[in-house]
Amino acid sequence: MPCYNNSKAINRYSTVLDNTDLLKQKEVLMSKKSKGVKKKRWTRDDTQLALLALPTTIWYVCFCFLPMFGVLMAFKNYRIVEAGRSFFYNLLHSETTGFKNFEFLFSSGSGTRVLKLTLTYNIAFIILGIVVPVILSLMMSQLHGKRYGKTCQTLMFLPYFMSWVIVGYFVYAFLSPDKGLFNTILTMLNKDTVNWYREPEYWPYFLVFLNVWKGMGYGMVVYLASITGIDTSLYEAAMMDGATKFQQAVKITLPLMKSVIIMMFILSIGGLVRSDFGLFYQVPKASNSLYTVTETIDVFIYKMIKEQPNPNMGSAASFLQSVVSCALILITNRIVKWMDKDSAII
Amino acid sequence: MSKKKRTDYENEQPKINRISKKTNFIFSAIFFLLALICVVPVVYIIIISFSSSESIAAKGYSFFPDSLTLEAYQYLWNNKVMILKAFGVSATVTITGTIVGLFLTSSMGYVLTRSKFKLKGLLTWVVFIPMVFGGGLVSTYNVYTTVLGLKDSVWVLILPMAVSSFHVIIAKTFIRTTIPQSIFESAEIDGASQLRIYFQMVIPLSKPLLATIGLLLSFGYWNDWWLSLMYIDSRDLYSLQAVLMSIERNIEYLAQNANTMGISSAQYAATMPKESMRMAMAVLIVVPIACVYPFFQRYFVSGLTIGSVKE
Repeated sequence: MPCYNNSKAINRYSTVLDNTDLLKQKEVLMSKKSKGVKKKRWTRDDTQLALLALPTTIWYVCFCFLPMFGVLMAFKNYRIVEAGRSFFYNLLHSETTGFKNFEFLFSSGSGTRVLKLTLTYNIAFIILGIVVPVILSLMMSQLHGKRYGKTCQTLMFLPYFMSWVIVGYFVYAFLSPDKGLFNTILTMLNKDTVNWYREPEYWPYFLVFLNVWKGMGYGMVVYLASITGIDTSLYEAAMMDGATKFQQAVKITLPLMKSVIIMMFILSIGGLVRSDFGLFYQVPKASNSLYTVTETIDVFIYKMIKEQPNPNMGSAASFLQSVVSCALILITNRIVKWMDKDSAII
Repeated sequence: MSKKKRTDYENEQPKINRISKKTNFIFSAIFFLLALICVVPVVYIIIISFSSSESIAAKGYSFFPDSLTLEAYQYLWNNKVMILKAFGVSATVTITGTIVGLFLTSSMGYVLTRSKFKLKGLLTWVVFIPMVFGGGLVSTYNVYTTVLGLKDSVWVLILPMAVSSFHVIIAKTFIRTTIPQSIFESAEIDGASQLRIYFQMVIPLSKPLLATIGLLLSFGYWNDWWLSLMYIDSRDLYSLQAVLMSIERNIEYLAQNANTMGISSAQYAATMPKESMRMAMAVLIVVPIACVYPFFQRYFVSGLTIGSVKE
């Protein structure tokens, strides 16, 4: 995915440019214009570029950086000190409580339960979210009928464009206790119907299935693009040496897909302590009986804001989430860099 | 992915080095099943939305209803004021958001390609940090509602989703790799201002990029329900997704609305084709996307793959 360390690439690029006549010409012009002035001076171009970047920078400050200071809330007993004042005024004037919020979060038992549930789901999501699309794209690249493959791929991309609210309706059509397809089939088979929205034991499977189902198309696009870029002569050579198709896939295609797979892995590791609110809240219809298997970290924080307000506990969970995912991205990237320099993304 | 490679992939599977006919058949069958799993739910809710109430009462949701009617859609048509309002909100948010987002993303992307710019290092950090660290939900909620005062305003549906660092990096990569930097240099020599270069050169030359990001943005806005759930209480600002969500949680929502039409809510709720009507609402949201995305899929693919190019 994105390359964060661009300085290398830019340096390489500017060395290419340095050789062009155009740039030399420009430098001559520049030096004529600004005789005796230091090269590093702020120019008119800089002002204009800064102006162009200003709206986006303001956006970043308002919508990304201001909330970052709000993480302080995890160490405060937040309350409205003075009505009508802004969040930050109240935040700074609230009593500092140190790690009390965290203690409360974990001593109540909810913190541990929520974190455990989130981690378990995410490990399943990460493994299946990589293995399934990789296998499917390996299979798809081998199909004889390319048009057929393309059509299937397009259709498999459809769930990616559906919001979780809509997916919730799809699921409801199948699982509705009195009208859903599953119960109709169970009745036809003379079995007892199941009140799906009240039986937590089935939901982990449903949720994992839905997550893979929705992400399959996206993953396949990414992996197929990397398979397409592989030089076909490698396969011809392997075939000459008597490699089977399976051996070719394992010995040629997979190793060449390694950096893309690692990149997707690093990106998903960062999400280890996040959870998809839509999947865990909208799809099970926020059913109370299912909270034992659906109350992952984002659902928990949402409830702390909207349903049973307890901003202190919510902000402690929120803080843990932000810090841990940041650390996870950086650490994984460092480990990957240490193992294989080219695969790291930062 | 260049055009050449794509055609290679389509035509040049050497006949000798292929999987056997039998394996190919098995693979094709697997993909057929997978594609079916992805499409059937959509077909299913379309069928339900056309099923008559009697059929649903007798057989439940079925692929083969006893009788088909338009009553759910008629019902929605009778409520067209509310539906059109929600549609209006969705459309306004999608269009405005896409335009605002495109401007903010592409201007930042262009600025980050100018290696001579003094603040480039700083701005790179500004874009990069939010990718790894975020304030978390609680403080974001508080900042949006109390500091920025965005609760129950149409802007809260538009602004938070306008920029994503991922899109900015796609934009930067595209502008740097597809547009020859020397034309910017020569424009500068000719005395063009940076604003002029951006509006008259960068924008026209990066149409494929704008198409890709515009599509990512507009699908995101159309599908968004999260911002409505968090920040919108006023019914006037409900988008289609939010209406669908509120029917979900509050089946009397439409009946409440009916009060203004002079019928008691209980009466109204009783005559409402609830089951099929819900599905008809869902169909209203799904069908535009399902019809449009196959044509724009290649823009998505190019967006996803530009993003994954590692330089």
